[in-house]
Amino acid sequence: MRLVLEKRAERSRRMTVLSPVIAIALTLITGAIVFTFMGLDPLEALYVYFLDPVKYFWTRNPDDFWSLEQLAVKAAPLALIGAGLSVSYLANVWNIGAEGQLTAGAVAGGAIPVFFPEWQSPLTLVAMLLMGAAGGMAWSAIPAFLKNRFNASEILTSLMLVYVVQLILDWLVRGPWRDPAGHNFPQTVPFTGWQTLPVFGDSTIHLGVLFAVVAAIALAFLMGSTLKGFEIRVLGTAPRAGRFAGFSREGAVWFCFLLSGGLAGLAGIGEVMNTVGQLQPSISPGYGFTAIIVAFLGRLNPVGALVAAVVLAISYLGGEAAQVTLGVSDKIARVFQGILLFYILACDTLILYRVKLLSRATVELRA
Amino acid sequence: MNELLSVILTIITASTPLLLAAIGELVVERSGVLNLGVEGMMAIGAVCGFGAALATGSPLIGVVAAIAAGAALSMLFGFMTLILVSNQVATGLALTLLGLGLAGLVGEGYVGQPGVKLGKIDLPVLTDIPFIGPIVFGEDILVYAALALMLAVAYVLFRTKMGLIIRAVGDSHQSAHALGYGVVPVRYACVVFGGGCAGLAGGYLSLAYTPQWIENMTAGRGWISLALVVFGSWLPWRVAIGAYLFGTVMILGFSLQAIGAGIPSQLLSSLPYIVTIVALVVISGNRALTRANTPACLGQPFVPDR
Amino acid sequence: MKANPDYLLEALHVVKVFGTLRANDDVTLRIKPGEIHAFLGENGAGKSTLVKMIYGALQPTSGEFRWKGERVDITNPAAARKLGIGMVFQHFSLFEALTVAENIALAMPGDFDLAALSKKIARVSKEYGLPLEPTAIVADLSVGERQRIEIVRCLLQEPRLLIMDEPTAVLTPQEADQLFVVLARLASEGCAVLYISHRLEEVKRLCHNATILRHGKIVANVDPIKETAGSLAKLMVGGDIHVVRHSRKTNAGKIRLRLNNLNLPADGPFSMPLKNISLDVKAGEVIAVAGVAGNGQSEFFDAISGERALARDDMIEIDGKPMGRHGVNQRRNAGAAFVPEERLGHGAAPGFTLTQNVVLTRHSSDPSLVKSGLLQKAGASTVSERVIKTYDVRKGKPDPEARSLSGGNLQKFVIGRELDRNPGILVVNQPTWGVDAGASATIRQAIIDLSRAGSAVLVISQDLDEIFEIADRIAVISRGELSETHPAGEISLQQIGLLMAGAHEKKEGTIHAAGA
Repeated sequence: MRLVLEKRAERSRRMTVLSPVIAIALTLITGAIVFTFMGLDPLEALYVYFLDPVKYFWTRNPDDFWSLEQLAVKAAPLALIGAGLSVSYLANVWNIGAEGQLTAGAVAGGAIPVFFPEWQSPLTLVAMLLMGAAGGMAWSAIPAFLKNRFNASEILTSLMLVYVVQLILDWLVRGPWRDPAGHNFPQTVPFTGWQTLPVFGDSTIHLGVLFAVVAAIALAFLMGSTLKGFEIRVLGTAPRAGRFAGFSREGAVWFCFLLSGGLAGLAGIGEVMNTVGQLQPSISPGYGFTAIIVAFLGRLNPVGALVAAVVLAISYLGGEAAQVTLGVSDKIARVFQGILLFYILACDTLILYRVKLLSRATVELRA
Repeated sequence: MNELLSVILTIITASTPLLLAAIGELVVERSGVLNLGVEGMMAIGAVCGFGAALATGSPLIGVVAAIAAGAALSMLFGFMTLILVSNQVATGLALTLLGLGLAGLVGEGYVGQPGVKLGKIDLPVLTDIPFIGPIVFGEDILVYAALALMLAVAYVLFRTKMGLIIRAVGDSHQSAHALGYGVVPVRYACVVFGGGCAGLAGGYLSLAYTPQWIENMTAGRGWISLALVVFGSWLPWRVAIGAYLFGTVMILGFSLQAIGAGIPSQLLSSLPYIVTIVALVVISGNRALTRANTPACLGQPFVPDR
Repeated sequence: MKANPDYLLEALHVVKVFGTLRANDDVTLRIKPGEIHAFLGENGAGKSTLVKMIYGALQPTSGEFRWKGERVDITNPAAARKLGIGMVFQHFSLFEALTVAENIALAMPGDFDLAALSKKIARVSKEYGLPLEPTAIVADLSVGERQRIEIVRCLLQEPRLLIMDEPTAVLTPQEADQLFVVLARLASEGCAVLYISHRLEEVKRLCHNATILRHGKIVANVDPIKETAGSLAKLMVGGDIHVVRHSRKTNAGKIRLRLNNLNLPADGPFSMPLKNISLDVKAGEVIAVAGVAGNGQSEFFDAISGERALARDDMIEIDGKPMGRHGVNQRRNAGAAFVPEERLGHGAAPGFTLTQNVVLTRHSSDPSLVKSGLLQKAGASTVSERVIKTYDVRKGKPDPEARSLSGGNLQKFVIGRELDRNPGILVVNQPTWGVDAGASATIRQAIIDLSRAGSAVLVISQDLDEIFEIADRIAVISRGELSETHPAGEISLQQIGLLMAGAHEKKEGTIHAAGA
């Protein structure tokens, strides 16, 4: 039997929508198989991991893994970064160093409470957020400059810079920025008052969630309705046609890196201003990398990324739930995320091609 | 003298996994495929090699398991990018994320366990020659294997019909297809070879370099190997020189830490990553050099018509 | 059916279906040893499909092939080569980064011995008058030299049947003459040649037999000597040929596009630098630039369109305004329009709809498309629908993606999109490359009509028939240098051929004298 691709004349709209759904379904099936191999009842495990908690969706108890609020707080940084990466990847600009830009944003914004621990005013909040975005942008400007000036692969440079900035953060919190009153723990002073993100009412939903929603809608509008968005999409799929249209490849590289870097920086400062509450050696469970999956699952559409971020947030929370209830490692979340990305990419083939299985009795998988 | 000797020996062992992974990726890229999943394949190789050696007590079985694990993961990549024609960059990233995640999960039980170390060879008389002896005749077997692999790849690529076909497929898959060469099978074979090399490189880390399992023990070496292929402008001997240069940079960082030069250890640890960026900039800025050897079809999808 | 060993190759009732398209529909073709057999048809008639099946690169849906009367399955090109079938592709199947010898070695069975092979290459290329340097890198070679590699690659395998797909499309007339000598000699040695071409004069001159294909079906098998070029063309197209109306005009108006000593350095190792190009294009005239592919045409186009910036502003003047350092949109806003050679990926973005492709080149010159940074979809659709209607662009659905259109229809759209702006200056690179006869006629007529309405038109083309059909004045580009222009009525095909081969590069005067 042989698998053969037949090119479609046009992209299939139906498959553009269906492919992530198929990918999620396939991930669940794979999950069941994995759980079986781990000696668990696959249906029960899937239930605990993905479904059981749904009944707590509307609970207000923050101790529940699955409260809607927890989900929103987890999804916010993913959505924020994923929206920026969607725009970048559409432009064929491969920023895979969002984790580093997130860290750079946290460091830049976190410098304010470190140096001015007493400063408490609404301006503190604004200054920290701006510094966070600026830090992410500054860090992302390095691969953008190296790409445009020296044609150095942005994939490799942006990734290398993740390691560099994580080591810088590690040095800062163990060295010059360490909280003198912190019993020698590698962490800065705790952030308080205006140095943390305000929350809505008495919930745990903070300003970062609003940022994520606004960013998604704004970027979807940018990509769908403006000449700038058109420019980015053309340069991404047909660079020669883009140059013929008078669009600048260099400009797009700058735009995409600064945008995605800025949003990652914002996500980073948001994390340390809320969930983490101070700078410490590890401030993110790999949001910058998981956001790559968010971008693809969301069809490289910023609003799609918002939805995808919720799915990925569930995979994080499900991992925690599974660890408690089933006794499996929460590292399984990373595996499911990786498998999910594989399935999305495989299903995306269906958008441009018909897949046919040729055998003696020719089976056709028409879509 | 003894300190210098031990520094040279560590440089060689630090360079070997870079060389193994980079030579494998070089073959993959020469055939026109960009597999960014080296880091993930290395991690899987490291954990499987460690586990197999621990279970059997034989480091050589560990080595075989590492190769098999890396190759298995690369088959998945090959299926995705060559059969389903998925985006090579995105699929490579997926492979890295999956490989690192899977390695973390599988390796959870191995954390803190003492590993099985691949021994160094000890030839009578030769290894006892002062200074030269331990360097030339007293390494572990994979150090020689890496060099032999580099020479073999150089020979096959530039002196045999098989190598000519690999280069032809990387230069123009349309022409190769028109002449009747199976572009997809040739590329698939190269991808699996590269996967085996990356797995072996990972196995080297957990069996010879630091015989234990630590999560994220690959620490970006897969990515550095990818950069080395560019740095070596797709030529095996240049890649080998690059690998040993990078090994030197890594060990110099450690040595400076040991001496305590007053520089924060984290900043010294970031040296290899910064040097990678600098190396990429220097080599990519030289367009004449990179263009001449860059496989023209690198990263391009290919769908044969029927 | 009984085996008939009179024929070298028979294709019997061959059908090939792609999706819903019957690219070959019950095609039967018989080739005798030692004959040069022309295989004629329009672009898209299905010639390449049949030829690829004969060469084993595609498999027929039904039907069979016989070789010397025996039924054969040609499962892949290696099997075809083993039978004795060689092929020279229209788009060469060469490897640019490899040497000549390595390129040839890839098509040779058996042991790998470059030294021995190089000797054989030297011998065969000398024998047939096709000089080649085995250690040269293909990327450094001219189109004519590349074709020699393809031919020598076939000859080394001592073929019984040589398939040539549009071999003269990329050659100068003189190079084509040399090729005909080689082919005649091969035929006299008993090798059959299947010769695909749309140049009917050369078919009449060279071929013993002609089979004509239209819409995937065989429509005739004739003796070309007994036919006229006109009657052959009628068989190919299946009706009367649309003749381009053309009144030769000499009273051209003011200069609208001026190139002053245009120089452009090479952009990377495989690019051609432009040297001291000067040219005036006046209102009301069509100037054609002839030349063999790869002599700087795309660089010339990029320099005029502004996709590559020039060193000095005065190197290009549009209606008197210096524009050399201005970008492509500033030049468009000054009244110029451009149509590049590559329609898909350069002139149009493949995955974008026709309406979006209108925005591609008109976003800065047409205020109805973009208002304060926002796309105006209604404005774009109006333009797109007008272009589609005026230039008869045929498509399967209301607003399809550019990639789903046939070559001819997309070309009509890409040219129509620019003509719809009624530009003062139009620069077109290869306007009808790979386009069927009907669309070609439409496009050529539109280009002439534009010039007669007072615009200046510059056409870059490799197709000499096209050049003589539409040009008022002709210049030739070779190795990045442009010759003087010559009035179309006063220069012969042979003179253009000499210019294409580079005769003007250093001794401009002699050719000028010959042309006068």
